[in-house]
Amino acid sequence: MGRYVARRLLQLIPVFIGTTFLIYLLVWALPGDPFAGKCGERPCPESFVAVMREKFNMDDPLFIQYGKYLLNLLQGDFGETFSGTSVGTLISNAYPVTIRLALIALLFEALIGVIAGILTGLRGRGFMDNLVLVSTLFLIAIPTFVTGYLVQTVFGLQLGWIAPTVSGNASWGELLAPGFVLASVSMAYVARLTRTSIAENKRADFVRTAVAKGQPQHRVVGVHLLRNSAIPVVTFLGTDLGALMGGAIVTEGIFNINGIGGLVFRSIARQEGTTVTGVVVLLVIVYLVMNLLVDLLYAVLDPRIRYD
Amino acid sequence: MTDPTAAASAGKMETRAQEEITAEGHGARPGGGADDGKQRSLWGDAWVSLRRRPIFIISAVIILFLTVMALFPGLFTSVDPTKADLSLARQTPSADAWFGYDQQGRDIYARVIHGVRASLVVGVLATLGTVLLGSLVGLFAGFYGGWLDAILSRFADVFFGLPFVLGAIVILSTFNPPGTPYGPVRIIFQVIFSIVVLSWPVTMRIMRSAALTAKQQDYVKAARALGASPTRIIFRHLLPNTLAPVLVYGSIALGTYIALEATLSFLGVGLRTPVVSWGVMISDAKELLRIAPHMLLFPAGALAVTVLAFVMLGDAVRDALDPKMR
Repeated sequence: MGRYVARRLLQLIPVFIGTTFLIYLLVWALPGDPFAGKCGERPCPESFVAVMREKFNMDDPLFIQYGKYLLNLLQGDFGETFSGTSVGTLISNAYPVTIRLALIALLFEALIGVIAGILTGLRGRGFMDNLVLVSTLFLIAIPTFVTGYLVQTVFGLQLGWIAPTVSGNASWGELLAPGFVLASVSMAYVARLTRTSIAENKRADFVRTAVAKGQPQHRVVGVHLLRNSAIPVVTFLGTDLGALMGGAIVTEGIFNINGIGGLVFRSIARQEGTTVTGVVVLLVIVYLVMNLLVDLLYAVLDPRIRYD
Repeated sequence: MTDPTAAASAGKMETRAQEEITAEGHGARPGGGADDGKQRSLWGDAWVSLRRRPIFIISAVIILFLTVMALFPGLFTSVDPTKADLSLARQTPSADAWFGYDQQGRDIYARVIHGVRASLVVGVLATLGTVLLGSLVGLFAGFYGGWLDAILSRFADVFFGLPFVLGAIVILSTFNPPGTPYGPVRIIFQVIFSIVVLSWPVTMRIMRSAALTAKQQDYVKAARALGASPTRIIFRHLLPNTLAPVLVYGSIALGTYIALEATLSFLGVGLRTPVVSWGVMISDAKELLRIAPHMLLFPAGALAVTVLAFVMLGDAVRDALDPKMR
């Protein structure tokens, strides 16, 4: 177990360096002059540009620039924007909101998706099964930004049940509706995954044994069937957290939430490469760590799985 | 927004792939239909069960209809989708213009019809690119194994770890910044490129695990014993037997790529004005949602129907190719 974790952590290093370098390269290649418009109506003085280029290592070759960035990053320093604000501060202002939104969405898709999947997977063909299949098809087919505008217009503007936009501090309650919108597509996938997984395991020998030895229904389903059907669902949910945070950009735009989406767009427009890189680097870390956690959870769910 | 599905279905399909290949490895198997007693290949079998599915027929008809619309938009409308008449701005649907007019007085019906082309081109070419690139890399990684596999797999992980929407925004802001005077073809290809770059690791993983299983099979050993070259083994023996799981993934992904293109266009980094696209139309409509909801309703509806058709087709193909469902 310990050796497995160590090997997995070692494997993360090249992936982490590769991804961050890729993002660094792309951001570095963003077209346009980063100092355009930074000094008001006139072009920036030569001396200012020279000082800034020196400060941000912009005259070094790309690899050295990236090396210096990585070195700072490993010490927990995300760098500064051109105006001297710490990128760490910007990120720590924007990230909590997005994490909250993504967690709400994850909760929605886990709860609704798993329950819908269990209900249809157990019953087999019938009205409920068709209802869930059709509604998941529709959820998958309608992109998040359309769902978002529909929810905002119908529930926010016409019925007045929710606030159409979220206030600056974005409390948990306010984020319920945007979280639901963000979860909509993944919810459908969770429901389908759970349904197939349950339907496949329903006829397994261990379920028949559990029924035969007189276990009550809730124990057969809740312990024997669910635990054995959980692996694909857990894999999906685990890797989905990073994707939800990255995909939150659309939902944040619609409901006017001050998360990482707005930060990325502003930074790209202002050529603030360090901010964009910092935001993406953190998302990559979330993704890699969640993947590792999911792999470790397999052994808990299915003790037959051994790490070696 | 489509990446998570990829991650999960990839894992699921990897196991499916192995089952399928071991089934295939024993050569021809008793015909699934059993009505005529003949032996059929996996594909013949799939085709027979597909033709019986109403969901397949419905989605195939919708897709055929959309294809005709993309090839010959003139059959459905004679109005120029870019002709703007400000005096007609935001008029609601009427007998003259079935879907009404947009902010600049352009006919929304004509724009919806002409928008099919961009969506289908992006969806089909992005799927083709993902399947080709991912399959090739996955085949080589799975067949040769060893250090080549390790390098290719880590390389794929690098792209797999990038969050999809965010990654596409950064790529497209670099290559396709707003305001550059690129023509429609170049803009469309940049969008396709960014989708392929971010999604090929999924097909690569599916193909790699399929190839890993297939190369243990007797027919590969036999071919090797007979002195077949690696290239011949890969393309004549491995490829035909590992293609099914990747194609199943591709058919489901096509719909989600179309939705993704619309999302990117909606965010302002994807397709833009010389191209007529549903994403751009929805993006234009969002500010006027309260005054002119029809501007959002029709392109969003068209988008949903298109994605729905491809996702249903993918579902049907998966069920037909999945040995467990038989």
